[in-house]
Amino acid sequence: MQHGKYRFIVGFLAAPLGLYALFVVWPFIQSIYYSFTDWTGLSPEFKMVGFDNYRRMFDDDIFWKSLQHSLLFALVLPLVTIGLALFLAFMINVGGRRRRGGPVISGVRGSGFYKIVYFFPQVLSIAIVALLFAFAYNPDSGAINSFLRGIGLDGVQPLWLGDPGLALWCVMAVLVWSTVGFFVVLFSAGMASIPAEMYEAALLDGASRVTTFFRITLPLLWDTVQSGWVYMGILALGAESFAVVQIMTTGPGGPDYSTTVMVLYVYQKAFRDGQAAYATTIGVALLVVTLAFAAVVMRLGRRERLEY
Amino acid sequence: MGSTAHHGGEGVGRRDLIKRSAALGLVAAPGMGLLSACASSGGDGQDKAKAGKKTAKNPLGVNDGAKMEFVLFDGGFGKEYAQDAVKIYEKDFPKATVKFAATQKIQSTLQPRFNQGNPPDLIDNSGAEQMDMGVLVGKNQLADLTPLLDAPSFDDPGKKVRDTLRPGIVEMGQFDGDKVWILYYAYTVYGVWYSQKALDSLDEKYPETWDEMVKVCEKAKKKGMAGWTYAGKYPYYLPFSLYPMIGKVGGREVLDAIDNLEPNAWKHPAVKACFEAYYELYKKGYVLKGTPGLDHIQSQTAWAKGKALFIPNGSWVENESANVIPADFDLAVSAPTGLDGSDKMPFGTIWASGGEPFVVPAKAANAEGGMEQLRIMLSEASSKNFTAKVKSLTAFNGGTDGITLTPGLKSGVAALDKAGANVVNPRLQDWYVQLQKEKIGVAGLGEMMAGRLTPAEAIKKIQGFADEAAKDTSIKHYKHQ
Repeated sequence: MQHGKYRFIVGFLAAPLGLYALFVVWPFIQSIYYSFTDWTGLSPEFKMVGFDNYRRMFDDDIFWKSLQHSLLFALVLPLVTIGLALFLAFMINVGGRRRRGGPVISGVRGSGFYKIVYFFPQVLSIAIVALLFAFAYNPDSGAINSFLRGIGLDGVQPLWLGDPGLALWCVMAVLVWSTVGFFVVLFSAGMASIPAEMYEAALLDGASRVTTFFRITLPLLWDTVQSGWVYMGILALGAESFAVVQIMTTGPGGPDYSTTVMVLYVYQKAFRDGQAAYATTIGVALLVVTLAFAAVVMRLGRRERLEY
Repeated sequence: MGSTAHHGGEGVGRRDLIKRSAALGLVAAPGMGLLSACASSGGDGQDKAKAGKKTAKNPLGVNDGAKMEFVLFDGGFGKEYAQDAVKIYEKDFPKATVKFAATQKIQSTLQPRFNQGNPPDLIDNSGAEQMDMGVLVGKNQLADLTPLLDAPSFDDPGKKVRDTLRPGIVEMGQFDGDKVWILYYAYTVYGVWYSQKALDSLDEKYPETWDEMVKVCEKAKKKGMAGWTYAGKYPYYLPFSLYPMIGKVGGREVLDAIDNLEPNAWKHPAVKACFEAYYELYKKGYVLKGTPGLDHIQSQTAWAKGKALFIPNGSWVENESANVIPADFDLAVSAPTGLDGSDKMPFGTIWASGGEPFVVPAKAANAEGGMEQLRIMLSEASSKNFTAKVKSLTAFNGGTDGITLTPGLKSGVAALDKAGANVVNPRLQDWYVQLQKEKIGVAGLGEMMAGRLTPAEAIKKIQGFADEAAKDTSIKHYKHQ
């Protein structure tokens, strides 16, 4: 049945590809085009300037700092968040002690409760989370320093967001806190589909919890982990990191450029400084970084798919 | 494509399909040339309203039947004051329709309209989404307000509008040359804010020299109160008292040189002396602990609770922190403390300038209507209405008689009286936003006041930033006239 095959394929692909092209590909092409102009974003007039914006970007210290921080976000955040989420999901689903009369494989006591609690932060919008933590980090009357004073550590009163050495880590901690719950639920769902017999067999053979995790859970969960990794990386490079940095940090982006990230810099250039063309140039750099990140994760993560 | 006639028996493989889509993508690339039409499509603009007849009651020649559109920033000052002024416009021009809108999203609602060439007739370009004025002026998007300034004022036909304004307002609306692009409607007094009650309890007066300042701070410290706090996360609040102090110590020329981005402007001895004075506050432990991690609201709250005596701020603080300032606080503002008797300008030298920038777009359909609306707002009655409603002064010089002023406002008026002609107006914050806020403010002053830079290092770093900005061809440069 060859007749109508083209029409068949085109019929199915046309609408989604059309939408994708219009709302995703087209804006990308547009911003690449604008990065070669001197468009301010505030008037319809602009002219082509060749590679001027790119040359300027390579000489821009703030750009390099923001790139460095964005890369650090993309590296550290997925590692910490996914590692933590895997551990918590494992404890909730598989890690419990065997209880008399209960199933062979179960989570720690109260795991159902934990599962809900971990998901709580996901319910709050990132802007609210950032604001709450901005209050907690208040060195004068915030929750963290008050707690430190409360337990007698009067001498340890860090400036948190006011300290260039700590600020970036403070921001990352907030992102980990707010996203880990989502991955716990995601991985829990994945773990639930791993047949219990496999664990039983491993336990009968005398495997420890750590061994079962690395030999059974992780390999069978690999696909989920990998997509979680890409998702987390994009989140760390994109909107979520913008929100927390913009809302929480000194300046924002400070102190002394210690927390500035690429998305924040794009925003500041486009909407504060009226340099939309330069902002799109940084946007193009961000696009390259994001694509490279996804490519690296996909390549490193390539494994044989296990059928079970 | 989509034809089924020409293929043979093999059909379309997945690989083929991908190859062909890639080819399609390549074909699309030359289409990018068409894109230039996208941002500049609306360049023709809208039709202008025909000018009306100029009369004594209508000196700007507003077309009395033309539509007038007014977009206001709906921020701390609310929108009531503007609505009241719109009512007067509607009464004066009964045939005209006024479209009034108040929003916080100035840039996101208006940027596309500037790009399309059909902006409204009057805009209050304020708030977090303010559109960059330098770019708007540089791209010829704003109308010259000189006709408005030279028109007879609303209250007194014998007096021009420009002669009814407070010092600095007209100058602030200029960028390069005589044309006036912006009219700042609100008038802000910057300085050192404190509780008169707290100062009384220390048995002290507001210090006029730095030795006295240190003495007062020491006294406060003994009582367990910090001398100073500031918006640590936004250290560009520090200049509100630091810049006029530099002006007082070294004279206006020092501030002008800084604004003009002249080489070595920051290396002036007056700048160094003032930086060292502020650094001394940190060194001697007079700055509230943890201040570098506080934002403006948190620092104002700590200050209102009496944890610190002084805070550099603007006159909006009375409204912004109204819910935490105790009733018996007795809010007061003073011009900044100087160094000693050898300062170039007298004690009382203060920074005051306009806020709430109103602009009339060059491509507005009814620019005369927009200016007439501003003329109405600059009348004594409208100005009083504003001051009474939102506790802030306006650009109109006067307008405080016969209404009860709040303590902070009263103190601000007194400080302005004391200053007389000694009002300075540093322009970095409206000319070079990035330089002022994130470079000088956060990376320079913020680091110094947190003790991570010495005054000498801070000056070197800031001078470097200023030199960079002076050389940067992507920003427009301005000079004091």
